[in-house]
Amino acid sequence: MRLVTEEDLEDLARGAAVLGTGGGGNPYIGKLLARQAIRDYGPVRLVDAAEIPDDALVVQSAMMGAPTVMVEKLPRGDEVVSALLALQDFLGRPVTHVVCGEAGGINSTIPFVAAARTGLPLVDADGMGRAFPELQMLVPGMYGASATPMVVADEKGNTVLLRTIGNRWTERLARSATIEMGCSSLIALYAMDGKAVRETMVLGTLSLCQELGQLIARARAGHTDPLQAVTGRLNGHLVFRGRVADVERRTETGFARGRAVLAGLGPDDGSRLELNFQNEHLVAIRDGRVVASVPDLIIVLDSDSAEPITTEEIRYGFRVSVLVAPCDPRWRTPAGLELVGPRYFGYDFDYIPVEERLSAAGSPA
Amino acid sequence: MRIGIDVGGTNTDAVLMAGREVLAEFKTLTTPEVTAGIVAALAGLQQARAFPPEQVSTVMIGTTHFTNAVVEAQRLAPTAALRLGLPATAALPPMTDWPGRLRDVLGEHGYLCHGGYEFDGRIISEFDEKEIREAAAAIAAQGIRTVAVSSVFSPVNADMEVRAAEVLRDVIPGVSVSLSHEIGRVGLLERENATILNACLHELAETITAALESAVRAAGITAPVYISQNDGTLMSVGYCRQYPVATFASGPTNSMRGAAFLSGRTDCVVIDVGGTTSDVGVLVRGFPREAAVAVDIGGVRTNFRMPDVLPVGLGGGSIVAAGDSGVTVGPRSVGYAIQQRTLVFGGDTVTATDLAVAGGLCEVGDPGRVAHLDRDLVRRGVQAIQDRLAELVDRVKTSPDPLPVVIVGGGSILLEDHLEGASEILKPDHFAVANAIGAAIAQVGGEVDKVISLAGRTREEALESARQEATGKAVAAGAVESSVQIVDVEEVPLAYLPSNAVRIRVKAVGDLPLGGDDAPGH
Repeated sequence: MRLVTEEDLEDLARGAAVLGTGGGGNPYIGKLLARQAIRDYGPVRLVDAAEIPDDALVVQSAMMGAPTVMVEKLPRGDEVVSALLALQDFLGRPVTHVVCGEAGGINSTIPFVAAARTGLPLVDADGMGRAFPELQMLVPGMYGASATPMVVADEKGNTVLLRTIGNRWTERLARSATIEMGCSSLIALYAMDGKAVRETMVLGTLSLCQELGQLIARARAGHTDPLQAVTGRLNGHLVFRGRVADVERRTETGFARGRAVLAGLGPDDGSRLELNFQNEHLVAIRDGRVVASVPDLIIVLDSDSAEPITTEEIRYGFRVSVLVAPCDPRWRTPAGLELVGPRYFGYDFDYIPVEERLSAAGSPA
Repeated sequence: MRIGIDVGGTNTDAVLMAGREVLAEFKTLTTPEVTAGIVAALAGLQQARAFPPEQVSTVMIGTTHFTNAVVEAQRLAPTAALRLGLPATAALPPMTDWPGRLRDVLGEHGYLCHGGYEFDGRIISEFDEKEIREAAAAIAAQGIRTVAVSSVFSPVNADMEVRAAEVLRDVIPGVSVSLSHEIGRVGLLERENATILNACLHELAETITAALESAVRAAGITAPVYISQNDGTLMSVGYCRQYPVATFASGPTNSMRGAAFLSGRTDCVVIDVGGTTSDVGVLVRGFPREAAVAVDIGGVRTNFRMPDVLPVGLGGGSIVAAGDSGVTVGPRSVGYAIQQRTLVFGGDTVTATDLAVAGGLCEVGDPGRVAHLDRDLVRRGVQAIQDRLAELVDRVKTSPDPLPVVIVGGGSILLEDHLEGASEILKPDHFAVANAIGAAIAQVGGEVDKVISLAGRTREEALESARQEATGKAVAAGAVESSVQIVDVEEVPLAYLPSNAVRIRVKAVGDLPLGGDDAPGH
C-alpha cells in the first residue's frame, strides 16, 4: 500500500494519456476533480491486487458521456459516491475497494475521486491496460464478467440500476440513460471479488501510468530522449516519425472517427503513415501496408516533448512520433479479438501482433 | 487620414496613414502613465509630418495595459464570481486552479446558485431569483461592485445569465456585470475564468479608455477612437470598457496583420525575428488563426479567442554551437548584448548573425571578423537556421499548399530568399512599426460559438442562422452592412453523442464607415 497525493497526479494523468492511445478526451477536468477530492478528503491509498482479500468487493468507478459536455456541465462531486452506494445497496454488502476501468483521459482519474471521497482503497489495476471506447471492452468480459448490476448516476440525484442480458446491452442502455441525464453521468459497475480482480484485470496499470509520466518528466529535465524512455518501458517499437499532413474527421454513431496522414521525417522521409481512429487509434498503415492494429497500443506523442496527443487535438503540422506497444496478451486470444480486434471495428483483416508484423517486414524496431 | 498607435510593453509605435500609404511613423518608449505616452506619440507624428487634427478620420489604438495588469496582478478590482449550475458543477468552484496571487487580489468570492442548461437546452434546475438576490446582497455587503456571471451551457442559452444580471443590477447599485456567454466558449471553467478576468479589469478599463480618449482630444483630434482586439478587429471605446479582455494579445495580432498589409498579402505566414526568439503565426483571409487549445494568461487557463502564435528560441543573437550531433543555433542567446558580443560587431561569440554575414546572406558589421570561420560550420549553421524556420512555417500552416512568407523584425537577415514550403519570401519596409499599421486596419467583426441540436432543423438551417447572427453582431459593432463577410465557419461534431448535436463557430467581419482615402480596400 502507498499513498497517492496531489503531487503524483500530474505524472499519473500524463502516463494514462500515453496508454490512452489518443482517446478518453482531455484529462484536465479529471485531474482537477481528483486533485480537489484529495485536497478535501486526503490522499488515496493505492493497494496492489496481491494485497486484497479473496472476498473483497471491488467496484469500478468511471464517468460516461461526451467529453465536450463533461468540460461544461461539471459534476456535483458526490455522484460518484451515490453510484457506489446505490450499487452497494443492491448487492446488500459493503464495497471494499475501488478500481479503474480503463487507462487514459478522464477515467484514469475519476476513481481517485471515488476513493478519496469514500476513504476506500484504490486497487492498482484496470480493465484494459489501455483505453477503448465501449464499456464491454474489458479483459474481465472475456472471463464472463458482467458489467451489471451497474448504476448510472447524475448530479440531480437520479440513479438508474441496470441488469442486462449482456455487456453490449449494458453499453446501449447505459448510454441512453446518460444522454437523458444530459450526456454526462458517473457510473459504478463490474462488481467483482478480490480473486477475480487478480485473475482477470490488468494489474499494476496505475503505477505504470505514474512511472511513464515520471520517465517523460525526467527525460525532459535531463535533456535525454523521452520517446526512447517511453518506448523502452512499454517494450514497444518506434514505428514512425513524421509530421501531420492531413486530418479528416467525421462523426458516426456518436464516435469521433477519422484519419490522420503523417509524412515521414528523418529516417522515415519519403514514407507515409495513415492512422485510423475512433476516439482511440485503431490502425496504422505505412505506405499501404498495415503495421499495427488494435488491440495493440498505437501511441502518438509530440516528437520533441513526448506529450501524448489525443485524436481530438491532432492537427496539420504537428511533429509526432508513433510508437506501438504490445497489448495485454489476453487481448490476443480469440475471445479478446472478438471484443476488440480489427474486425469488430469494421476492418476486413485479421489481427497480427505488432512484433510479427514488424519482423515480417524486416523493419527496424 | 487615420492614425494607428500600438502601446507595447517596451515601445509605443505610431503611424499616420492615408489609404495604403504610410505618411509618417514614430517610435517612443512606453510611459508608465497612459496619457503621456499617447500625447508623445501624437506629437511625434505631428513633428514627422504636420497634419491638421480635424482631418484625422479615426484613431486606432492597441494596448497591452490590460494584459500587464493581469500578469502583474495589479490594479485589479475585487470581484465576485456567480455561477448558475447547481446541483451540477459544485465539485469545482469558481477560481479553481488559479495562481494564489491573483486569487488573493480578487478575493475568493465564489457563489454557486441553481440554474443552467443541458447541452440540448433543457434546464438543469429552475432559475431561483430569491437565491440570486441573497447572493447579490452578500456580494454588496462585502463592498464588491464587479461580478462575473457564468451559467452552464450559456453558449446554448444565455437567458439565465441575463436574468441574473438584472437581479444583480437591482440589488447592487452601480454594479458592473460580465456575462460568460459574451466572453468565452464551451468549457465552463475556462470561460468563467476569462469572464472573471474581464470583470476584474472593468474599473481599470474605465480609467485607461478615458485617459486614451483625453490624450487624443488634447491633440485637437475629434475623430472616434477605436481599440484593437486580439482577433484583428476593432472595438469602440464603450465596448472596450465592457470587454477589456478582448485586448489580450492584440500586440502580436497587430504585428502580423501589419506585416501582411505592408506586403499586400491576406493569406500568409508571418515570422517576426527578434534577438533571442521569433514569433511565427499565420493569417487566413487577413486574420490570425486562432489557438485551438486553452491559453494561459498570467497563469489562468482561458478559452476565448487568441491568436495562435508559436514562439521559438531562434533569433539574431542565438549562440552557435558545434557538437557531435551537428551544428546547433540557439536557444541560448547573447540577448541584449548582441551589439557587444557578436563577432561582426567586435565581440567574441559566434551568433546566428555571424553565420548570416559569413554565409553572404547580408552585410552588417565587419565581415572580416568572420572570414576565418570554418566554411563547413557556416554552411551547416545557415542550413540549420533555414531548416528550423521551414519547419516552423510548416507547423503553423493549415494545409500543405505553399504560402507566402512575410518576414519582419531585426533578425530578418537570417533568412535566405527561398524557403521550403514558401511560395515567396517578402521583407516589407516600415516593418519596425508593423504593429501600429496593424492597428490602423479598420475592420470590425462579430462572432457566434454555439452547441446546436439538429433535432427539428437541418444542418444548413442551423449554419445559416449562425451566419446571420454573426453578421448582426458585426453590424452592431459598427460595420457597414454591405461590407460584412463571413470569414470563418467551423463545425465540430460532439464525440460520444449519438444525438445530432454540433458545435458551430462563425465569424463575420466588415469595414468601418471611413470616408475617402481611408475606406479599406484602397
